[in-house]
Formats: sequence, structure tokens, C-alpha cells
Amino acid sequence: MTSSAVPALETRGLTIRFGGHVAVDNVSCQFTPGTLTAIVGPNGAGKTTFFNLVSGQLRATAGRILVEGEDITSLAPSARAKRGLGRAFQLTNLFPDLTALENVRLAVQSRAEAGWSLFKVWTSRRDLIAKAEEVLERVRLSDKRHIAPKALSHGDQRKLEVALLIAMEPKVFMFDEPTAGMSVDEVPTVLDLIQDIKHQGQATVLLVEHKMDVVRSLADRIVVLHNGALVADGEPAKVIASPVVQEAYLGLEAANG
Amino acid sequence: MSRSPAPALTVDRDRASGSVLTGLLSSDLPRSKVLTVVLLAILLMLATTPFVFSGSQPLSTAAKICVFIVLVASYDLLLGYTGIVSFAHTMFFGIGGYGIAIASERLGATWTSVAVGLGTALCLSALLAVAIGLLSLRVRAIFFSMITLAVASAMAVLASQLSTITGGEDGLSFQLPYELRPAFRLLSEPVFGVAVNGRLIAYYILFFATLLTFLLLLRIVNSPFGRVLQAIRENEFRAEALGYRVVAYRTAASVLSALAATMAGALMALWLRYNGPDTTLSFSIMIDILLMVVIGGMGTMYGSVIGAALFVLAQSYLQVLMDAASKALAGVPVLPDLVHPDRWLLWLGALFVISVYAFPGGIVGRLRQAEQ
Repeated sequence: MTSSAVPALETRGLTIRFGGHVAVDNVSCQFTPGTLTAIVGPNGAGKTTFFNLVSGQLRATAGRILVEGEDITSLAPSARAKRGLGRAFQLTNLFPDLTALENVRLAVQSRAEAGWSLFKVWTSRRDLIAKAEEVLERVRLSDKRHIAPKALSHGDQRKLEVALLIAMEPKVFMFDEPTAGMSVDEVPTVLDLIQDIKHQGQATVLLVEHKMDVVRSLADRIVVLHNGALVADGEPAKVIASPVVQEAYLGLEAANG
Repeated sequence: MSRSPAPALTVDRDRASGSVLTGLLSSDLPRSKVLTVVLLAILLMLATTPFVFSGSQPLSTAAKICVFIVLVASYDLLLGYTGIVSFAHTMFFGIGGYGIAIASERLGATWTSVAVGLGTALCLSALLAVAIGLLSLRVRAIFFSMITLAVASAMAVLASQLSTITGGEDGLSFQLPYELRPAFRLLSEPVFGVAVNGRLIAYYILFFATLLTFLLLLRIVNSPFGRVLQAIRENEFRAEALGYRVVAYRTAASVLSALAATMAGALMALWLRYNGPDTTLSFSIMIDILLMVVIGGMGTMYGSVIGAALFVLAQSYLQVLMDAASKALAGVPVLPDLVHPDRWLLWLGALFVISVYAFPGGIVGRLRQAEQ
């Protein structure tokens, strides 16, 4: 919000109702390049629904979504991905029977706009395979590249999920609880990756995360959602210290560990 | 020889051999010694049938196998690779057949009519596939299947009602271009004791068209595009999130599959010199196709070759086999009746139940598994 440039992502009055329930309520927010924003809030606050609206899995009841100033509210998820919105899912969402390498290669292939090549053999695009291998190396899954996700451990599936997002090379990275359910020793790998992405230049990172220590160490800014509405937004220290947040959510989180 | 289903190893092998064969097979080798042998045997048999077997029945069986390889492979592109359940495949098969039949009957027995018939049929099939695809591939899978069923039934009724054009239930018999008639002789002298007549030429046109279409389909499923289709089959939600427009890819797959099925219908009509509802449009053919795909192995192009060959052979020769068995068992109580040729459908059914039960991944899936 501090930058004078056009925000990488902006929502204006974003709202979705399911029947009488307002899951995301009039959220207006800007996300600038080079910033990592943590989105926090209790369960059911509308964090994942907010992500679904932005990446297009759900259609907004009202409001607009802009990527680099361009209205994308009516676009399909695939078209949004092409505009640079990349999303990793909370519940692991992979191609269960294809190998880990093929999962990543498909993301690389989409980025390279090679999907409509009908008469070449896929192995002839060695550049795509090499790129996929490179991304797998970054998430430390190289030795498991021939294993299908359904046979991978939960932690490895989460890493692969992150690998797919990295392979898309988006402008806006959306991580939905990337470390959920991971063993303690696997968490740093993923956090380092997010740190890398953040330091690597002008990426805009949105991170839904429950673990407050993770949020504290990574975020440049915290946005708090409650009952679908944006209730606090600002520097981590200030947001965490604000009484309303302390009392209602973070205290709760801390109590739960 | 260690083989693995892993793509990267395929790459290594491709790099190592880099042969013409790998190119022809689009780097998608059979990956099983038994499968390789069986496929080669089928190829060899189909290539030499006119010279090895005498009489018209073996040749007709071989021709039917060729047609069904194309038909089943094109259906596998939809069902096995993309995960689309369509019941309209025989409709496109029928369009191909009627294209050749109507054009040949109306415009005379020339190559031009064959070309016009095939061209019109291909265009009509593509249009219909696009229409069905865009209208209904957005909806849930079950609704799509129902819509294809409805459209296919409507088409079958239409074909039997428009009897002035299609010949109704009787179908259409027509003349082929002179070069494809039995009376035509390409060479005055027989080759290996077989007269090189129009019938032989027609068979080899069929054979090479099948080979070409099969290799083309094999290429398509192993292209970057084909990989997207498999991704859509696995998880369409994620494919869309990665930036692949799922509706467009599914529609494209439907069109390609429809075009190949139309080609198969045209070949069928050219071979039979006849087309009618029972040879190309009937729902029982749709069920046969489904069985062949499943028995051969869904999502493996080679499965269509095995499935089609096995099924057509069983259809053609199970009765003969049973007749022999029945006679051999004469005198034994009950058994001769059990294997009486009239009971052939029962045994065919039993065979399929057993094979589907024993090889859930189809024959190709089983063979590749055994290799590991």
C-alpha cells in the first residue's frame, strides 16, 4: 500500500454470499510487488474463500479483482493463471497418478505455452523437462521424481504442491497453509523457499498461515480476516499488538499452540 | 533390459537409441517383451493376410480388425486419456460410413465421390463434436454422457427415417471406383499365387490408413497436448488452475477422436461396399468398443490393437472353435451342449467377465506390470 506503483493485485469490495451467509465481506485490499502479506484469522474467517475468489475457483457475488490494474473478475481460472496469478492449495491438489516430475513438468509446460503442440513428442521439449528437474531440486524432491504423489508422504506432497507453484513462475504467489500437517523438520525447507521467493525480486506473496511464529518471521504485513471482513491490516508488530487481534484471534491461536 | 514407466527414463532411452522406430512410436514403446511380440504378430498377420490365408472370410476379419483398431484407439483418446465418457462414438463412425455410401450412390462410383463423401463426413463430424463439446463439456461428466447418448440415439433414428437419402433400415449398397472392384487387375500375373485385384488394393488401403491413423493417434497422446489431456483426466480442477483451459482441451480431444472415428466408418463402408444402421450406428457396436477398450487396457493406445484383434477374432471364430469342441466331445453327457456353437455369446460374455476381473488394467496394463 506504500508503493506508488500499480499494485500487483487489488481487490475492491470483494464479496461472496452462499445463501444468507457472507463468506467474504466487502474486502478491499492492495498487494504490492516485493511484499509478503500474511492473511490470518480464525477458522472459517474466509481466508481460503478469499483465495478461491482471487484465483477464480469461485465467482464473486460483488466486487472486482485487478491484476496490475487490469480487471480479471470475469476470467476463468486458467486465464487468471496466464495473467500471473499462481496458487498452491491447502488440501493437496495434485495429479495423483502422474510422477512428481510430470506434475511439475505440466506446470512448466503451461508457463511455456506449449500445451497446444499436438504433433511433437513431449520428450523433445528437453528444456521443459530440465526446468522441471531444476524446480524439483529446489524443493529437495529430486530423488523422488519418478514417484507418483499418491505414494508420497504428506510432507513431500506439500513440497510438490509448492514446486508446482514455483514452476508456474507467477507474479503473485498464493500459499494456502503450505506447512500444514508437515513434520517439524520439513517445515524449514518450505519456509526457506518462500523466503527465497520473497528475496528474489518483485514477487508478490500472499500467505495464509496459522502458525504465528511463521507469520512473524516472514511477513512484511498482516491482514486479519474475521467473519469474512477485513478487521486489521498493517505492519506485523502493530497488528499483532493491537488489542482486538490479541484478544479475539491471536490469543486463541497461541493458546492452541 | 530394465524398463520403467517413469518418463525420465523414457527420455534417456530415447536419447540412447534415437532411432526412427522410437520416432514412429512417439517414444511410447510397448515396454513389455510379450506385448512387443504380440503386437508384431498382429502387425505381421494383418500385413500378410491376403497372401497367407485363402478365402474371403480371413480377409474380411482382418479388414474388420483394422477398422476397429482405428475406432477403438480413437475412443481410447477420449475415455482412457482424457476421461470423457461419450456414447456418441458410433454416431461419428456412422457419419463416416454414410458419407462414403451416400456420395458414392449419388455422385457415381468415382474417386471424386469418395473424396467428397469423406471430406463432407469429416467436416460434419468436426462440427458436431465442437457443438456437443462446447454445449456440454462444461457440465458434470454424467450429464455429458447422457447428452451424447441422446444425440447419438436421435442420429440413429434420423438415419433410419430419412430413407430416401440413407436407405433407411436397409442401408445403402454402392459401387466402388473401378480400381477397387474385384474385377480390376493391377498386375496380369498373380503374386505368390494371389491375384492382385481391386479387393487386394482395397485391403491394403485399409491397412495403411489404419497404420497411419494409429501412429498419428499415438503421436497425439504422447505430445505436450496429450499430456495435458492426461492431466485433465487426473485432476481437471488443478489443470485449470495451472493455466490449461479445460473446456478447450476437452473439445479438441472430442474433435480429434470424432475425426478418427469418421475415418474408421469410411474405411468400413469402403470395405463392405455397403453402409447401414447395423454396421456402423447400432448401440451394440458402442458396447463392443467399450469392451475392446477395457479389455485391451484403457489409456494405452496399444490396448486398442490387442482389444480389437482379440474381440473381432473371438466374434468370428469362437463359433467355429466351439463347433469343433462340441463334435470332439460327442458322447460325453452335457458338455457337447454346453459348448454348442449356439452358446457362443454366453462364452464370449464369460470370457470378458473373467478378463475384466483378472486384468483390471487391461491386457496391456497386466503385461507391463508383469515386466517390472
